[in-house]
Amino acid sequence: MSETSPANPFVRFFDRVGRATVSGVEEIGHGGVLIGECFYWLFYGPRVKQPVRLGSVFHQMMEIGIHAIPIIGLLVAAIGAMLAIQGIHTLRIFGAESRVTIGIAFSVVREFAPLIIGILIAGRSGSALAARIGTMKINQEIDALKVMGVNPVRFLVVPSLIAMVIMVPALTVFGDIVGLVAAGLYVNADLGISMAAFFHDIVDILTVDDILHGLGKSVLFAILIAVIGVVNGAGVVGGADGVGKATTRSVVQAISAIVITDMLFAFVATR
Amino acid sequence: MSPETNPPPVTVIEVENLVTHYGDREILKGVTLDVREGEIMVIMGGSGSGKSTLLRHLMALETKTSGTMRILGQDIDTLDQRQFFDLRKKMGVAFQGGALFSSMTIGENVMLPLYEHTDLDPMTMDIMTRMKLEVVELGGFEDLMPSELSGGMIKRAAFARAIVMDPKILFCDEPSAGLDPVVASALDDLILLLRDAMQMSIVVVTHELESAFKIADRITILDRGHILMVGTVDEVRNSSNERVYNLLNRVPEDDSMDMDEYLHRLTGVEVNKDAAL
Repeated sequence: MSETSPANPFVRFFDRVGRATVSGVEEIGHGGVLIGECFYWLFYGPRVKQPVRLGSVFHQMMEIGIHAIPIIGLLVAAIGAMLAIQGIHTLRIFGAESRVTIGIAFSVVREFAPLIIGILIAGRSGSALAARIGTMKINQEIDALKVMGVNPVRFLVVPSLIAMVIMVPALTVFGDIVGLVAAGLYVNADLGISMAAFFHDIVDILTVDDILHGLGKSVLFAILIAVIGVVNGAGVVGGADGVGKATTRSVVQAISAIVITDMLFAFVATR
Repeated sequence: MSPETNPPPVTVIEVENLVTHYGDREILKGVTLDVREGEIMVIMGGSGSGKSTLLRHLMALETKTSGTMRILGQDIDTLDQRQFFDLRKKMGVAFQGGALFSSMTIGENVMLPLYEHTDLDPMTMDIMTRMKLEVVELGGFEDLMPSELSGGMIKRAAFARAIVMDPKILFCDEPSAGLDPVVASALDDLILLLRDAMQMSIVVVTHELESAFKIADRITILDRGHILMVGTVDEVRNSSNERVYNLLNRVPEDDSMDMDEYLHRLTGVEVNKDAAL
């Protein structure tokens, strides 16, 4: 195929669209293969003396999960309080502000906690993963691993993926609690409903399905963040500029994928 | 065989008719080469001659278009995954920039292959790491991060990591590039020491003529994807080949290009000489 651009602007436009489409499909394919490779190394690695090191998984869990607790706590508390403020404001029109608990419970557990945490982890850890792998690639550290006989997917990607799949749902549970507590505190201050009564209502309203709805999404988000981060990092070309572009790209793609998956998940799970 | 006859040299790397492409571009055009046990083979050539690509093939990091490659007697195309990993353990590499893992200390970097491939207890691994760091004169630096070392020290740390498993073959990519002459010479001495003390076969890609002549047992000159010549230092120095002479004496290549070819490259349109007449 010739690399020269066609002269006709329309042909050039469709040429660009076509190339972008092929490249997009190729990246999705890479992502799929990467997930397959991760499973392969997770289960088959020990047979060829290439086990996934628990130490690396714990290290990643600290980075992705534990170190993110303060910022996630702050943001989810703000979201919980914001939902309470808006909910009371809206329901006051109908004189039904005491029913705000229903909206808060469903919104936090089914929607906002997993979504906000997914977006935050995409920005914080997905970008870090893309930058780390991209930098390692341009510094030939990935090649060094290969020549040492260490598979880079097993050594770098699987620990991050496992840590992500464990920590994003765990953070979602944490976010559920913090969000509801923050909302409860505002409801208590504004409407005088006690925390005990607020949480009594919450327990009455929420079912296991609602909690699983949020957790199911968070597992999908975790996989998306890890795979998008790695695919972008591995695709870095050039120097520091390439790493910067890949990092930005990974954040944009991960957040877009999270929001679209969230919508699709909500659509499928509520039918 | 009479007792006086030397046995033929044992070959650790055999490359036959290696052809490789990047996209449509042919980079290596039928390279045939062998590296013998315990020798230092220096690969030289101008920019774009394909020497880095050849090195990546020798390290089994690239997929070739055609040709065969045997490393330590094993055809790399016929190896299963476990055999391939076992073969890798017998290779070490010191990349141009060191390629040390920036999130690990120097000690952890050097220890990584031991940690990944052996069942040694931590104390033994620690002792072996310190020993290798002593070999490259970096004893006492194991707790520093790569960012705290100078360029020469990073390269020596990379050597320590490359030899920690006592590999049979060591690959060095531009070991003295970007270093001052004293540090570069010290690295050359280190390469000679590794060959003599550990009987390693060492493949070095370099631009530095002085360094090449100092360390090489044999030199391969690569030019535009072809091997121009393979020979000892004296054979290369005394070569009557014009391109070898140009390379050794830093004579710029004649880069004049046919105008039609130039236009074709610029526009992508084939220029028909006959039609123009």
